[in-house]
Amino acid sequence: MLLDMAADGFGERVVSGTRADGLTAAGLREAAAGGAALLRAQRASALVYLDVNGPVFPAALFAAAKAGVPFVPINYRLSAEQQSRLLANHPGATILTGSQREAVSHAAYGPTHTVLSTQDWITRASAAGRSAPLDGDEGRDPAVIIYTSGTTSEPKGVLLRHDNLVSYVLGTVEFGGADPEDASLVSVPPYHIAAVANAITNLFAGRRCIVLEQFSGAQWVELVRSEEVTHALVVPTMLARIVTADADLSVPSLRSLAYGGAPMPAKVIEAALGAWPHVDFVNAYGLTETSSTIAVLGPQEHRAAVTSDDPAVRARLGSVGAAIPTVQIEIRDVDGVAVPSGVVGRIWVRGEQVSGEYAGSGSVLDGDGWFDTRDEGYLDEDGYLFIGGRTDDTIIRGGENIAPAEIEEVILSLDGVDDAVVVGVPDDEWGQRLEAAVVAARGATLDPESIRELVRARLRGSKTPDRILVWDELPRTETGKIVRRRVLERMVQDSSAATA
Amino acid sequence: MKLKPGQALVSVTDTTAVLVVKADDRDVALTCGGREMAPPGAGDVQRQPPVGANGNGTLLGKRYTDADGTVEVLCTKAGDGELALDGVPLVVKAATPLPASD
Repeated sequence: MLLDMAADGFGERVVSGTRADGLTAAGLREAAAGGAALLRAQRASALVYLDVNGPVFPAALFAAAKAGVPFVPINYRLSAEQQSRLLANHPGATILTGSQREAVSHAAYGPTHTVLSTQDWITRASAAGRSAPLDGDEGRDPAVIIYTSGTTSEPKGVLLRHDNLVSYVLGTVEFGGADPEDASLVSVPPYHIAAVANAITNLFAGRRCIVLEQFSGAQWVELVRSEEVTHALVVPTMLARIVTADADLSVPSLRSLAYGGAPMPAKVIEAALGAWPHVDFVNAYGLTETSSTIAVLGPQEHRAAVTSDDPAVRARLGSVGAAIPTVQIEIRDVDGVAVPSGVVGRIWVRGEQVSGEYAGSGSVLDGDGWFDTRDEGYLDEDGYLFIGGRTDDTIIRGGENIAPAEIEEVILSLDGVDDAVVVGVPDDEWGQRLEAAVVAARGATLDPESIRELVRARLRGSKTPDRILVWDELPRTETGKIVRRRVLERMVQDSSAATA
Repeated sequence: MKLKPGQALVSVTDTTAVLVVKADDRDVALTCGGREMAPPGAGDVQRQPPVGANGNGTLLGKRYTDADGTVEVLCTKAGDGELALDGVPLVVKAATPLPASD
């Protein structure tokens, strides 16, 4: 329906890709209709997108919607073993993958999977679209399944229905509200909720969407200039890279820069505000389970915070703003009772866009439709939301959620390791970086560097601790739980001692 | 009929289609071209002539609301008919967009 509206309303406008060879809204509808026909012919149970972000991404997303099957973007950087575990949840799926990627060994695919290169698929879909019926889709059907990593190492598939996504779009975007010259640059990976939300909201607004496949700060500013990008979305790590890039930082076309996904270091946002006084900054907070953004700190609030003498107004630069009009936010204590403003507790949220549903395990919403984000925080007197940290131990490195348990499990499996803990240490560039402490088994000697190599071999670079310390013992409670707060304190102390 | 957010309705007098964005529990008559709107599919069967004065038609992507803002619908297909709630024409709601956040 949303795509049909865009095709009816501004069919000739390029909405995905570069001005020279991008897809128009009408072309996107045709490709999606053709893609849906292919999916139906293959009797596909789902459309798995296992590639970098690109102009085909929205066509695949809408093709799945038209065919009435879930769209499942999966991290192409996962190991073959990890991918194969996720793909096993989707027997009978059609899988789109980049032919040139390090990608997946064929062992990852099951016998029921149909595997196509993204390029072949879009060529065939566009051709089929000329004769396919253009309508289809919607309602309470599952639209998207996005895997997140929770506290445990097994990723959970968050299920978003068309109702959730449509509610989010209608609650936050005006149809055709963008100027014809507007262009939005998306730098988040395709398996992130923001990439899915972006593809739909930009289309509905009539804003051309372009993607940066491999992020570098210098490339980002260059693309903003060459494509005359007006809107962009980054995670804090990317913004840190951009403002410190050894490049010409001028971005005259840029009007709006949204950021989110992890806490923004004050140093970074202040540098960006200083470098680009003409840009509107927007901080967005949301979860996969809430169909993206539920709170927004707008441009005026950013400027007011930077120039204000009032400490409460200044402090708002560290908040994620106020709840959007279609969403309610409540802070509750451990017993689920709402607490007054200023008091830290668990963040709960309610609204049509909130799914709170997991594939295979159902809804976790309470009886009144409230969802427990498992994030901690508080609301100030004016309803500005401040995030205190994760209730769980999830580490957010450069916008990527990393469950320490998964890494700890690998370290603990190594010879000579008696105990291990992985924590996120505050880091200006990454938001958090990984550091680990290990305890040697009796009589064993541990070499941090070789542990790092072994972890890298089993997992991947972004899940390898930057530093591994060998300690005599880990701080634990009487009941045997690791006190991560104390681990972190000691690590931060160690680093400042080392650099002093 | 009772309207429900997320519900799609089509006109039986013209090409207009809407999506209910906001509604309350009241029993109301949502009409286009003076005739009550129907679930999708029903409008194709036999298009009927409009009843009464019929305004300037509906515009794609516009939101239409009643005077006290309790009911809001989004026009998903434009047409020639006029939207009304219990006989009172709906008006175009002014856009109050949020800053682009993603």
